[in-house]
Amino acid sequence: MTKVSITVDGVLHESEVEPRTLLVHYLREQVGKVGTVVGCDTSSCGACTILLDGRSAKSCSVLAVQADGSSVTTIEGLAGDEWHPVQAAFKECHGLQCGYCTPGMVLSAVDLLSENPNPSEAEIREGLEGNLCRCTGYHNIVKSVALAAQTMKGGKK
Amino acid sequence: MTELAEHVAAIGRPLKRKEDARLLTGKTQWTDNIQLAGALHMAILRSPMGHAKITKLDVSGALKYPGVEAAYGAAELGDLNASVPCVWPVTDDMVAPDFPALAKGEVRHMGDCVALVLAGTAAQAADALEGIVVEYSALPAVINMDDAIKEGSPLVHSDKGTNKCYTYKLQPQGDGAYEAAKAKADVVVKRRFVNQRLIPSAMEPRAVVASPMGTSGELTIWSATQVPHVLRVLLALVTGVSENKLRVVAPDVGGGFGGKLQCYREEILCVALANKLGRPIKWTETRSEDMMATHHGRDQLQDIEIAATKDGKLLGLKVDLIANMGAYLQIITPGIPLLGMFMYPAIYKMDAYDFSCIGVFTNTTPTDAYRGAGRPESTYAIERIMDELANELGMEPMELRKKNWIKHEEFPYTTVAGLTYDSGNYEAATDKAMALFKYDELRKEQVKRRASGDKVQLGIGISTFTEMCGLAPSRTLGALKYVAGGWEHCTIRVLPTGKVELVTGTSPHGQGHETAWSQIASDTLGIPVDDIEVIHGDTRTSPYGMDTYGSRSLAVGGQAILRAGEKVVEKARLIAAHQLECSANDLEFDHGVFRVKGDPSKEKAIQAVAFEAFSAHDLPDGLEPTLQAESTVDPQDFSYPHGTHLCAMEVDTETGKSTIRSYVCVDDIGIQINPLIVEGQVHGGLAQGIAQALYEGAVYDSDGQLLTASFADYLVPSAPDLPSFVTDHTVTPSTTNPLGTKGVGEAGAIASTPAVINAIVDALRPYGVNDVPMPALPMTVWRTLNAARQGGK
Repeated sequence: MTKVSITVDGVLHESEVEPRTLLVHYLREQVGKVGTVVGCDTSSCGACTILLDGRSAKSCSVLAVQADGSSVTTIEGLAGDEWHPVQAAFKECHGLQCGYCTPGMVLSAVDLLSENPNPSEAEIREGLEGNLCRCTGYHNIVKSVALAAQTMKGGKK
Repeated sequence: MTELAEHVAAIGRPLKRKEDARLLTGKTQWTDNIQLAGALHMAILRSPMGHAKITKLDVSGALKYPGVEAAYGAAELGDLNASVPCVWPVTDDMVAPDFPALAKGEVRHMGDCVALVLAGTAAQAADALEGIVVEYSALPAVINMDDAIKEGSPLVHSDKGTNKCYTYKLQPQGDGAYEAAKAKADVVVKRRFVNQRLIPSAMEPRAVVASPMGTSGELTIWSATQVPHVLRVLLALVTGVSENKLRVVAPDVGGGFGGKLQCYREEILCVALANKLGRPIKWTETRSEDMMATHHGRDQLQDIEIAATKDGKLLGLKVDLIANMGAYLQIITPGIPLLGMFMYPAIYKMDAYDFSCIGVFTNTTPTDAYRGAGRPESTYAIERIMDELANELGMEPMELRKKNWIKHEEFPYTTVAGLTYDSGNYEAATDKAMALFKYDELRKEQVKRRASGDKVQLGIGISTFTEMCGLAPSRTLGALKYVAGGWEHCTIRVLPTGKVELVTGTSPHGQGHETAWSQIASDTLGIPVDDIEVIHGDTRTSPYGMDTYGSRSLAVGGQAILRAGEKVVEKARLIAAHQLECSANDLEFDHGVFRVKGDPSKEKAIQAVAFEAFSAHDLPDGLEPTLQAESTVDPQDFSYPHGTHLCAMEVDTETGKSTIRSYVCVDDIGIQINPLIVEGQVHGGLAQGIAQALYEGAVYDSDGQLLTASFADYLVPSAPDLPSFVTDHTVTPSTTNPLGTKGVGEAGAIASTPAVINAIVDALRPYGVNDVPMPALPMTVWRTLNAARQGGK
């Protein structure tokens, strides 16, 4: 077992983990952040996407020990007093159906918009390439991210 | 009483979904989130072989691994090794092999369950599979359906002596009627289409937790299922646990698409083991397990022949299917092709129809329902061959359709297959779609590009589809030998404070029932949407239901909501009349308020009536306290959504890459409860239908190795692989249910596949291409094009 210190959604967790433990399993099973989900075993679907020190990462592709000393934001910690504009836009544009891909999709979109605050439709689609959704056909996800880009322009950045 | 919010008409409004708040903040209750004290985690050893004898199986080595409490093969499991049920014996002589949860001496597809381990954590259980000693002796596998029905083929089930599961025939006009029609024909076009095997691929993998709860001997099963009610009955029947001791809960379920309409081996195992050991048993599949052990869909060989006069009047249609059952039969495996059987004639008028289907066993994962279930296959075949017939006749493909479709004034219309379509307006949907698509302009551009020899050719694909939804009238299901009914249930309770509990037997897994059902009840009761709570997916709180599949939830379940709501209002009216001292007939009911006709100052809100019904101080003589009602509705008939889908495809003749330039669809699903949700359902269906045309296909090698057993190998499209869609609608209400709704869950997936392939073929027609296999990956299109070029016309 290896000791790790990881800040998850603003709270510092000091834990013992098996060296082979994936960050996503650490988050789900040891920290109880079950909002972050597992959708595949080949790093293909992006359902487990979190923000690792502010950048999107597939938490199935990171060992918990690699995240030692880092700060993780999950879907459960994204909202402050109010929802993040990306969350609000997904609701507004019906950018989710079953919701299983949604945590990863939202956090990928947050990262996408931090990198490119004014993306074109093609840039949104390319930017979300690592996240699979089986329900929406992506149409309303793309609309959601475009709306979030608009609403975020007035505020931060 | 507190001030009540006012009711605003809700049906037809694009309300934002109630479900989204928990889904967007990670507060969702997925089955895999459930952690129970003392739980044992199950891991399953699966066959890596397509077909083999198990010559040795020793699970004892697994017991030496840390955390392992038990390990089982079929021998250790003994009588607990129940069989997976099939509830649709389509013919009296159907061959139905045993499908034990753990294989007994022989594995018949890659992913077949061989043994299992129970351990303290999922990782420990997975590790301990390494300790199981298993030896296989390979048997010849049969994968190809044509091979499987030949004499001398290797047999999937040697004791059955055949790979044929059943032969089914439908000849509504009698044997020989099609041949008579064909004899009068000027043109006969015959094709074989291959409707390839697909993997449903819901984003949430399957998961099960089975746990003894409380002191009553009850067993609670949480499962990522579409069908908690159906599952409870089947688990009781196959495991022998008394039905009234079983509680099945479908918590938040992350998509299904038919793949979670099942009573799976793993569900049976978790229940049997939890019952035996008295401890919670938990299992969550990996994606790779999902790809090989969650049922697959489609996989039919379609020999289709259409006969017509030289001016394009259809005379008859003959369809001979070979349908892949896979290695075993699951819940409705054999019935899937029959759900398409009635729909091959689609929207067209003709004199004769002849259908046959041979179900065959192969060494592959069992097939079963996948979004559309039989109807995407039939729609693909008919809409493809309509284009081929148009080409043969030298007719514009839309003109051929217009010439033969049922005109709006001809409804209700009984088709050659024997179904009576209640309503439709194919002209209106097509006119609207063609205008949005700019059909004539695109045709002109196509002519120009063909003339200039542009390396990127433009193709236009048409699909004018219909489907049967609202499964289903129970008597019809009985006539088709399906063992269950097709009714749906709803209970509505108006609580003392005026809040409402709506209990539905439908079981959503992404569709937004909590929102849409609230809208129906809101308008029926005159109570605001936000005051209505929809309760579903738990057989203790919602004891009756037939669950969610086949675009049935609104078309059937909606009727039960409406009827239960009307019954509540009828009872409330009696109480209001009593207290307002008038006759019930003298009361008007509007937006939740009863008013005395001619004296509107005398009024009583339904919420106030609910309190009176609760206190019961002053009720009419003989009327029971509480304000609630239930309704179980058996639908009188199917509903028939339809629509016109148009795809403009640019095909690069040098690389074979097909790029959708525009996709327009106009669907007629009758009255819409929530247009926002409707649009989302259409989008998702389109994506899956387009994915069948362009990207997805489950591939086995000749030994039965599934070569597409992960998301790295099976191409579920991501955002850059798909276009934005132009969706619109016409509204021709269904006349078979009082809401006028038809169903929308499967429409996009049913309609879009032929539109896309027709577009690619249309683009390449000048090169002599008359078909393109699915999925039309660039390599496939390039090879098809080159073969046509080299082979001449």
